[in-house]
Amino acid sequence: MRALAGVNLAVREGEFFGLLGPNGAGKTTLINVIAGLARPDAGRASVMGADVAREYRRARRLLGVVPQELVFDPFFTVRETLRLQAGYYGLRRNDAWIDEVMHHLDLTAKADANMRSLSGGMKRRVLVAQALVHKPPVIVLDEPTAGVDVELRRGLWQFVRRLNRDGHSIVLTTHYLEEAEAHCQRIAMLKDGRIVALDTTRNLLGSFSGLELRVHLDRDSLPAGLPGRVLEADGGQFRLWLANHLELEAALARLREARATIREMEVHPPDLEEVFLRLTGRAS
Amino acid sequence: MTRFATLWHKELLRFFKVSVQTVAAPVLTALLYLVIFGHALEGRLQVYEGVRYTSFLVPGLVMMSVLQNAFANSSSSLIQSKITGNIVFVLLAPISYVEFFAGYVLAAAVRGVVVGAGVLLVTVWFVELRLQAPVWVLAFALLGAALLGTLGLIAGILSDKIDQLAAFQNFVIMPLTFLSGVFYSIRSLPPFWQRLSHANPFFYMVDGFRYGFFGVSDFPPAASLAIVAAFLLVVSFVNLALLNSGYKLRS
Repeated sequence: MRALAGVNLAVREGEFFGLLGPNGAGKTTLINVIAGLARPDAGRASVMGADVAREYRRARRLLGVVPQELVFDPFFTVRETLRLQAGYYGLRRNDAWIDEVMHHLDLTAKADANMRSLSGGMKRRVLVAQALVHKPPVIVLDEPTAGVDVELRRGLWQFVRRLNRDGHSIVLTTHYLEEAEAHCQRIAMLKDGRIVALDTTRNLLGSFSGLELRVHLDRDSLPAGLPGRVLEADGGQFRLWLANHLELEAALARLREARATIREMEVHPPDLEEVFLRLTGRAS
Repeated sequence: MTRFATLWHKELLRFFKVSVQTVAAPVLTALLYLVIFGHALEGRLQVYEGVRYTSFLVPGLVMMSVLQNAFANSSSSLIQSKITGNIVFVLLAPISYVEFFAGYVLAAAVRGVVVGAGVLLVTVWFVELRLQAPVWVLAFALLGAALLGTLGLIAGILSDKIDQLAAFQNFVIMPLTFLSGVFYSIRSLPPFWQRLSHANPFFYMVDGFRYGFFGVSDFPPAASLAIVAAFLLVVSFVNLALLNSGYKLRS
C-alpha cells in the first residue's frame, strides 16, 4: 500500500505550518519519514538541510517530535523521563533547561511523580517537554490536542505560539480545522497521500469567497427564484451558499416578496472546513 | 558516549527499580532448585570425584540464572517498549543502531551477572565450593550473559506480542538451558545424547563456567570459550544487521 505519493513540500524557517487531512491521508506517515521512524521506498526528506537518512544524527537533533499516541515509560518519574530523553540526545547537565520547560508547561509540581500517576493531559504535557529537552529549532506536533481538555489546549497553544515567536519552526497536524485556522500561517492539505492544496491560510480562505445563509422559515419549501445554491433543506431549516453580499441582499428581498416569515437567521463567512471539504471532494 | 551511557543507565534503572521481581525472585528460584534437587540426589549421584552433588549443582544453577535473566532483561524490556509505544523516544533520538545494541545487551549482561552473583552468595552458605580458576568463571559469565542478552534482544525485535516472546523462551531457551548439563554431567548420558549435547551452545557455557570452580570439565575450557565467543559474534552480527535494517522497529 502506498501511504504517500509525490509529496513535495518545504516548510520555511520560523514558520507555523499546518498539515491537514482526513484520517489515513498520510499526515503521520509524512511525519514519521521526517522523524526517521519510517523509511520511504523512494524520495528523500531533510531537516534544515540535514538528510534524515544520511545525516540522521544532525537531522534528529534539529527536530523535536510530539507523537500522536499518549506514550510513556511507567518506570520513571517526570524528571527522570526528561533527563533520560536529554541524555539520548547526548546532553548532560541539562537540568536548568529541563526545569524551565517544566515550569512553562506547569509540570514543576509533578516533577517527582511517577508517569503512571499522571492524568492524560499531564502525560501530554510531558510528551511536549520531551520533544523540547534538546532545544530543537523545528518542532512537530502530531495531533497534539486530540483528547485534551479545553484549559490545557489553551495553555498548550500559548506555549507553542511563544516558541514560534522565539524563532522555532512549528509543524502541526490536526483535524481540528479551527486550530489550524487560528495558528497556522501556511497550510498543506493532504488526501490519499497527495497534497491537494498548499497556500497561506488567508489565501485558502480567500479562494473560497462566498457565504452561507442559514434560515429557519415558517414553511417547508423555499420560494422559487432564490439566488445561490441550496446546501441543505430539512423541514423549515435551510442552508444556502451565496457568492457574495449582493446575493444575500437579493435572497432576503426574495423571501420578503414571497411573504416568508424568518424565524431565525445566521450568516457564516467561509471557514477552513468548507475549503477542506470542497478540496477533498466531500462538499455537499 | 552520553547517548549509549544514558540508554544503558535507563535499562539498568528499569530492572533495579523492580529488583524484587528481577533479582530476588530468580535467586529464590535457584535456591529452591538447590534444596529440592540437592535433597533428592545428594549421595546418589557422584559426578566428579571428590565433589558432592550439591557442590556440583551450584555453578550450574548460577550459570542458568545468569543466562535466563540476561535473556529476560533485554527481551522483556524491548517488547514492553514496543507494545506500550515508548520505544519511540529512543527511535526519535540520534542513537545509532550500535549504541542501541550495546545499551540493551550490556544492561542485560549486568542483570544476568547480578542475579548469578546473588545465587552464588546465597548458596555458598549451604555448600562447600572451591574457586580454582576465577578468570574462567568471570569470562564464561560475561560472555554467556552477553550472548543471552543478544538473543533476548533478537527475540524482542522479532516478537510482536508477549505470547510470541514466551514461546521463544519456553521452546528454545528453557529446553536448551535444562539440557545443557546444569543438573548432570553429559558424560552420564548415552552416546547419542552426548553427541546431541555438543550441538547445544549452552552446554559449553555451563561446562566452562563449572571448570572455573572445580578445575574439571567435560570439554576443554579453552575450546568451550572459543565456541561461546564465536557464537556471540555470529548472534551479534545478526542482531546488528536486524537493527540496521530497522526491521519491525522502523516501518
